[in-house]
Amino acid sequence: MSASSNSTHDNHHGGGHGTLRSYMVGFILSVVLTVIPFWLVLGDVFDNKTLAIGIVFALGAVQMIVHIFYFLHVTFRAEEGWLVMSLSFTVLLVVIVLSGSVWVMYHLDENMMPSHDQIEQVKQLP
Amino acid sequence: MSTEQSADAVEFYVRSEQHDGEEHHHETGTMLGFWVYLMSDCLIFGSLFAVYAVLGQNYAAGPSPADLFEIEMILVSTFMLLFSSITYGFSVLRMEKGDLKGMQLWLIVTGLFGLAFLGLEVKEFTHLWHLGATPMASAFLSSFYALVGTHGLHVTVGCIWLVVLMTQLQLHGITPENKRRVLCLSMFWHFLDLIWIGVFSFVYLAGVLV
Repeated sequence: MSASSNSTHDNHHGGGHGTLRSYMVGFILSVVLTVIPFWLVLGDVFDNKTLAIGIVFALGAVQMIVHIFYFLHVTFRAEEGWLVMSLSFTVLLVVIVLSGSVWVMYHLDENMMPSHDQIEQVKQLP
Repeated sequence: MSTEQSADAVEFYVRSEQHDGEEHHHETGTMLGFWVYLMSDCLIFGSLFAVYAVLGQNYAAGPSPADLFEIEMILVSTFMLLFSSITYGFSVLRMEKGDLKGMQLWLIVTGLFGLAFLGLEVKEFTHLWHLGATPMASAFLSSFYALVGTHGLHVTVGCIWLVVLMTQLQLHGITPENKRRVLCLSMFWHFLDLIWIGVFSFVYLAGVLV
């Protein structure tokens, strides 16, 4: 791709600023990656909700990478690799905080008073 | 004597060269430092996302995302932010060409898209407030307002920064300092669009699907 080679060429004087071509490629990819998840939800495309959520999250992650590469111009060579280093470290921390919180707090409501539905379910037991 | 002098001159020349190199390095240092700030901001959003992930389904017998969110409107505001990202990119490209007028024009367009996004968000929040979906209603709504509100606050600060930047550009033109400022705000603005991807996927779309 000529756009990516151009941006790495720019980077040796401190952070490339992209070209019209790279901005347009990023924009079109972002539009596609935005429209698909909204269409999935608005059009009720999948009956399987877990599958739909998985696809929405996957497309969101891909769009984030598109933004990082085409709009924020983060490449492995920008700032002698420090952008990618600090970004990877931040992503690692965010993943630990997110998954750790969900994991630790999974039983948050274990000792709470049962909800109305649960009481009704128990009442109907033989 | 004369050789010593010329040696001094050479040394001075070399030093000034080094100094220039250092100055250039300082300039890129600002960009790297701003990037590190953005990463710390990313951690703030990461913890707010974690709070929403833990509390997002505690409705306290109140309304759930499916009752509240209007996905069509979120689609519109998502595109407002996406358009503002690409127009900011066009502005940076005009700056590279040294075209101050074109640059200012694209910055104004960017600001208008940013304001449109904020207007839609304020409209959504007041609508929710009238429905009784206040932050006090449930843990889900507390974490929702904390996350989406923090993002909206960042966009507001970005808009104020944009106005300040336009004033500086009007006063001083495309100077190295202004170039650096434009590139910092560019990173900030694109970063906010990136966080919004997480918000619309995780809060709005997944919230309605669950």
